[in-house]
Amino acid sequence: MSSLKDLANSQADMVVNEMGGGSLLSDSQTALLYVVAGVLFILALRGLSSPDSSRRGNMFGMIGMGIAVVTTLLQLDASSGLTWGLIIAGLAIGGAIGAVIARRIAMTDMPQLVAAFHSLVGLAAVLVAWAAFFVPEAFHIGTFGNIKTLSMVEMSIGVAIGAITFSGSIIAFAKLQGIMSGAPIILPARHFINGALALAIVVGIVMLCTDASNQTVTVFLIVTLLSFIIGFLIIVPIGGADMPVVVSMLNSYSGWAAAGIGFTLHNMALIITGSLVGSSGAILSYIMCKGMNRSFISVILGGFGGDTSAGSGEVETRPVKQGSAEDAAFIMKNARHVIIVPGYGMAVAQAQHALKEMADKLKEEGVKVSYAIHPVAGRMPGHMNVLLAEASVPYDEVFELEDINSSFSTADVAFVIGANDVTNPAAKTDPQSPIFGMPVLDVEKAATVLFVKRSMGAGYAGVENELFFRDNTMMLFSDAKKMVENIIKSL
Amino acid sequence: MGVSEIVFLLTIFVLAIFVGYYVVWSVTPALHTPLMSVTNAISSVIIVGALIALGVEAGGSISAAHGSAAKWLGFFAVIMAGINIFGGFLVTQRMLAMYKKKDK
Repeated sequence: MSSLKDLANSQADMVVNEMGGGSLLSDSQTALLYVVAGVLFILALRGLSSPDSSRRGNMFGMIGMGIAVVTTLLQLDASSGLTWGLIIAGLAIGGAIGAVIARRIAMTDMPQLVAAFHSLVGLAAVLVAWAAFFVPEAFHIGTFGNIKTLSMVEMSIGVAIGAITFSGSIIAFAKLQGIMSGAPIILPARHFINGALALAIVVGIVMLCTDASNQTVTVFLIVTLLSFIIGFLIIVPIGGADMPVVVSMLNSYSGWAAAGIGFTLHNMALIITGSLVGSSGAILSYIMCKGMNRSFISVILGGFGGDTSAGSGEVETRPVKQGSAEDAAFIMKNARHVIIVPGYGMAVAQAQHALKEMADKLKEEGVKVSYAIHPVAGRMPGHMNVLLAEASVPYDEVFELEDINSSFSTADVAFVIGANDVTNPAAKTDPQSPIFGMPVLDVEKAATVLFVKRSMGAGYAGVENELFFRDNTMMLFSDAKKMVENIIKSL
Repeated sequence: MGVSEIVFLLTIFVLAIFVGYYVVWSVTPALHTPLMSVTNAISSVIIVGALIALGVEAGGSISAAHGSAAKWLGFFAVIMAGINIFGGFLVTQRMLAMYKKKDK
């Protein structure tokens, strides 16, 4: 029990500082309220197990956040008007910006938005760690230049992970937004540089923690800056199509940074949330890596998908069967079951609404329409599902790879729109292929495969898709949205 | 029982990782994007630390320079976390409202 009491006391210390103020909440009440907030956050994630319960879950999350913020405000002993002015101004500015962004953002831009949000969490962690460095008294972890060893360890780790999350997410954002080329940028000797930087950060942290005389602004600043730099360098060589893993990984990092700060603050809500988010991001990274049959390490080391001539060396000259929108409309109208396979190309062309309209027309003709989603389709986990949901596609018509793969053999048409590598049978048959072993959608088993594509170009993995040359494949060369709109006209 | 506070906090940390592990595996893949945006929003509970920093008043062993440094660092951290909290929860809500079943 003594540990509980310690914790309660430390919370109480925050409440009653030298200024002699009181608090509206007792120490134990404060600690309990943070636990309640943590539990509500768990329920928020739990709600996401089905779309039906998800909205209630999100509500729990908001209530939890409200409790955490109000609890903190109640135990603050700020006496000056400036402080309360800044609190109100900060919340108003942040809240207004956040609300406007949430309302205006296009669903196709979600990956960028999430990357940008991660960078903010990272930056907030860095700022809080710096504040704690300047005024350890307020956090009850010692005095300036003489911070308790354990707290210094937690803070240094928090600031380092926070800084890496910030700069890494900025690069991920730039790549997703198209400000920066999605192609991996390979620096010479980058593994050596990264290794040296990582070592320097560890040395800096050890210096800060082992000897209080090293607890200077300079050393802490060096650790922070080096972490910013290594964050940039880690993400720069990773190609655009590996972004689902990167975004998930940064999600995980933002959680660990929050947990690190939570230890410094002895705050349960932060520790619980940090570990939830950390494990969530880690699981998503694992699922994404598995979806590409790549090891996490190989993604992080980067460089994949840079050389588009990789794979087969010779230029393809085999003929492909090319079709028009009318042909496609005719084939699909006479089908019983059409499976739509969307990919990143659909997101780029914003074709989801047109696609839904096409599906509705087909349903009027008595055709059964389903959607097949590959785990790494798009630029972030669940990217395609959100876009289809935006176009009001009912979620019970949308299936994951393992649930629908056996249906292709009985389907009349597989309509592949903006996807490529995730349909490539070479992943199953050609051990030489860079994507060998990756789980793929068995679209070639459908009676007819319609491929909407802008050109014959290879996918991100730089691999030729054998499917294009098959007899039962018809290529529809066009912008995804235009092609779908033309098909609708012909239906 | 001479258990130190750090052990207690580590216990919470480790158990919460396990809770996270099982809860997140039960999330349907269709909702992975909302999962990312909502985890984003909840990790902004770091605003707690930002508010404590903002609430620092100089005095005692806290010098005026350090006090105001912490205050402004806290202020900017409140803005960052505030963007994330409002942006994260609202965009999640907007997404979740789109997931509909087939009209029967």
